[in-house]
Amino acid sequence: MTAQTTQARDLAVVIGLEVHVQLETATKLFCGCSTDTADSEPNTHTCPTCLGLPGALPVVNEAAVEAAVKVGKALDADIPEETRFHRKNYYYPDLPKNFQVTQYDEPICQDGSLEVAVADERRTIGIERAHLEEDPGSLKHEGGAIDRAEYTMVDYNRAGMPLMEIVTDPDFRSPTEVRAFLEKLEEVLEYLGVFDAERDGSLRIDANLSVVDAEEVAEDGTIPTDVLADANRTEVKNISSHKGAAKALSYEETRQKNAVRRGRAVEQETRHWDESRGITVSMRSKEEEKDYRYFAEADLPPMRVSGWKEEIAIPELPDARRERFREEYDLSAEEASKLTSTKQVADFYEALTDEFDAGFAASWVVDRLLGELNYRDRSVGSVDRAAFVRLLELVDSDDITVKNAEEVVLRAMLDDGSDPDAVVEAEGLGKTSGDAVEEAVEEAIADNPDAVEDYHDGEGGALNFLVGQVMQSTGGSAEPGAVNELLREKLDS
Amino acid sequence: MSEPVDPEEVRHVADLARVALNDEEATRFAEQFGDILAYFDALDEVPAVERDADLTNVMRADDTREGLSQEEALRNAPETVDGYFKGPRVS
Amino acid sequence: MGDSEYNAFVTETTIEGADDGPLAGKTVAVKDNISTEGVRTTCGSAMLADYVPPYDATVVQRLKEAGATIVGKANMDEFGMGSTTETSAYGPTENPAAPGRVPGGSSGGSAAAVAGGLADLALGTDTGGSIRNPAAFCGVVGIKPTYGLVSRYGLVAYANSLEQVGPLAPTVEEAAALLDVVAGPDDHDATTRQEGADADYAAAADGDVEGMTVGVPTELVEGADEGVRETFEAALDDLRAQGVETVEVSLPSVETAVQAYYVIAMSEASSNLARYDGVRYGVSGGYEGDWNESFAEGREEGFGEEVKRRVLLGTYALSAGYHDKYYAKAQDARAWIQQDFDEAFAEADVLASPTMPVPPFEMGESLDDPLQLYLSDANTVPVNLANLPAISVPAGETDGLPVGMQFVGPAFGEHAIVRAASALE
Repeated sequence: MTAQTTQARDLAVVIGLEVHVQLETATKLFCGCSTDTADSEPNTHTCPTCLGLPGALPVVNEAAVEAAVKVGKALDADIPEETRFHRKNYYYPDLPKNFQVTQYDEPICQDGSLEVAVADERRTIGIERAHLEEDPGSLKHEGGAIDRAEYTMVDYNRAGMPLMEIVTDPDFRSPTEVRAFLEKLEEVLEYLGVFDAERDGSLRIDANLSVVDAEEVAEDGTIPTDVLADANRTEVKNISSHKGAAKALSYEETRQKNAVRRGRAVEQETRHWDESRGITVSMRSKEEEKDYRYFAEADLPPMRVSGWKEEIAIPELPDARRERFREEYDLSAEEASKLTSTKQVADFYEALTDEFDAGFAASWVVDRLLGELNYRDRSVGSVDRAAFVRLLELVDSDDITVKNAEEVVLRAMLDDGSDPDAVVEAEGLGKTSGDAVEEAVEEAIADNPDAVEDYHDGEGGALNFLVGQVMQSTGGSAEPGAVNELLREKLDS
Repeated sequence: MSEPVDPEEVRHVADLARVALNDEEATRFAEQFGDILAYFDALDEVPAVERDADLTNVMRADDTREGLSQEEALRNAPETVDGYFKGPRVS
Repeated sequence: MGDSEYNAFVTETTIEGADDGPLAGKTVAVKDNISTEGVRTTCGSAMLADYVPPYDATVVQRLKEAGATIVGKANMDEFGMGSTTETSAYGPTENPAAPGRVPGGSSGGSAAAVAGGLADLALGTDTGGSIRNPAAFCGVVGIKPTYGLVSRYGLVAYANSLEQVGPLAPTVEEAAALLDVVAGPDDHDATTRQEGADADYAAAADGDVEGMTVGVPTELVEGADEGVRETFEAALDDLRAQGVETVEVSLPSVETAVQAYYVIAMSEASSNLARYDGVRYGVSGGYEGDWNESFAEGREEGFGEEVKRRVLLGTYALSAGYHDKYYAKAQDARAWIQQDFDEAFAEADVLASPTMPVPPFEMGESLDDPLQLYLSDANTVPVNLANLPAISVPAGETDGLPVGMQFVGPAFGEHAIVRAASALE
């Protein structure tokens, strides 16, 4: 192949993911140690089992298995008749037993899928498998950098945390799709109540990326298996957020495409995402032969939990809830989508519909609250619910204007935690009573004879001018529509 | 007496198992492994037999149990640093 | 070589139990691979010379609650890997019943402590015969319980799918009474069962075997030494005289039992012993090299030769390209043996064979040829592969050396083997 044809070749990217999520349980996967290790001293959340002491044995946490079944259900996966744990044998100082208890050829979830919206397209990402496994401990490198440290410092607080590894098919055709998938996956897991995105290290991603000839990609996005098998892949490790994933994979996509266009082969290797430098770095020199010598973990009897799929209820998932919102509350697609973006927002909104008109509540949450929160980089969880309800009551009963409610009261609530009634009182925002408005209207007519004359001559701008005068003299607390109406009444009589 | 296995194969397995054999051990093991592995070859003749597990779904409730103090956890470590186990470097 | 008599103990100690209980006033030797809080637990290995567990094994807790006094941590083959107690890093144990001979193993210290009167009772562990073999060689009683009857929590793993903790004692009744104390479910061990919760195996030691059917697997008798066979046949005559009916049964699958046992035990051992890397406990390989070099140095220094041999062979049997040939086939062989035993128990209440096909070896005799030593486990390993209970009881002597008789029962059939064995006392 000549340099020119290589140059001209159109390339497509193929990505598959291994996503590790930490399941929300009170205790670790195989022992009763608490998972609440935030801000703890090193090695203060261990026991003989998670420290790998001689003679200690694992017993699986039922809550973690239940969470895995919920995930399987949400991903529309098969829960096989029998599933079990295996040992993955390799040596590393963060592994207390120098093997990891994980699942091998009998994972708890197989053959699922997750639908994702990317721009205006809906894509179905295949889930090859999802399995339970224990987290290793964590290493600190004395002196900081991994490649210059003289020794490591090992903390086993994290050892044994319950993880679920979700492995996708190589179905992604862009880093943007990866990001959309990860956002959707997090949303689903949060809906299920099995995941906390705020927890440190709760999401970790490894990605396989390769480039192929764009001509090989069929209309529906599929690529022949032999083409996939022939393409050299890199495995990108150490990604810990959706944003990071999009950045790391965009970098890697460009790197591989450039290599191919320059006529160089892409090396099959593991690369480390260096977040601070924004690049992927080859780990080839650190790689060793992979021979994990998997075999069944005899200390943990097999699990037969396929029946749990029917027994364990899961909450309504985002897609279903979005559709229901559209129909039940007569919302636009955009409103429904925004209101179901997180379970928190959807729950917040749905509770408001008990007291307020659904459309009214939707416009307040979507058009005003979410915008203000987004601007402040805050989540709906930080909103004082009772105060927000009071604010809507004030608007609903016509006590304050929409403009004041949003621009003054809501902002004060969010910024200073102010009480809505107190803000209305302090700022004098209470809607001016009918008498006062009438007085102001009469005053405006008396004070502006030229404008009155213009009005009678049919000049449209004159009425607007008079409305402005009234609004000014009432400090904005009058309702413009009502003022308009009253002015016409007086002028036309 | 069977053929000894290749001493390089013994070395390879010793690397996988993280045991730094000396030359004498490697040579001796190569001879012994030849005999032992030849003896194991009889397993080739075993029929495939399936057997179902008779014990399943043994799980524990998600209740916390008191574990070890930092001092107890570190007590048997050859060396520690500031509450951490001291491990060899990984590069 | 240690200081204790017969070198039966790695560590002599006194751990007092509760004031009352079924074992009040009894002294017990505990094999040194069973964790004792605050008392070092070496597994007969230099690797764990300084290892002091921060917790008690469940069986140790139960001993204490039953009022027993633990008098020492009994010597053993390193990590249970041996049949003579000669692979201990703390020197070999002598056989009180046969001077100059090995006490058997790997629970040789436990058997010697009972035979030599250093303890009333002992706990051993049995992965492929490690209770029954030393019981036979030292002329005492030893029981390997059904897999899942006794908690393994705190038992330092050698081959976790095969091993059980069990009692050694001078008499069947005493052994059964100790089993009563340690048996029963434990929520720290997911492989334990409800069986044994209210065990009263001691009551079955009544010698009443009238009407019992004892199956004799020809494959487990044919290969035995002549003197051993004569003693065994005499014991069968004794049983028949007491109203037992004996029938021949066949276990064709035991032909590959030793191979299957060693492949499975070594494979599991290679993984179970991976944790000894000198970071959390054990011998450190220092901080000069990277983790691979450091771990390899520490393990070269801390492990003895038999342990290295088994860890390497187990690694080999599980490694890419060999897993299906060795490990997977050994699992088939195991299932086949289980099926054979099921069929045999359709014809007999218990099965009987010599415990060991040979009398106790002379000390030092067996060290050079590991394969020959493995072959002497032929009668004991099928029982572990099939998860069944078995007892070894003294059946007499040949040339002044003890011979043990093994009774094997169906799963959780401890009463039957206790009853059969008690008829020989």
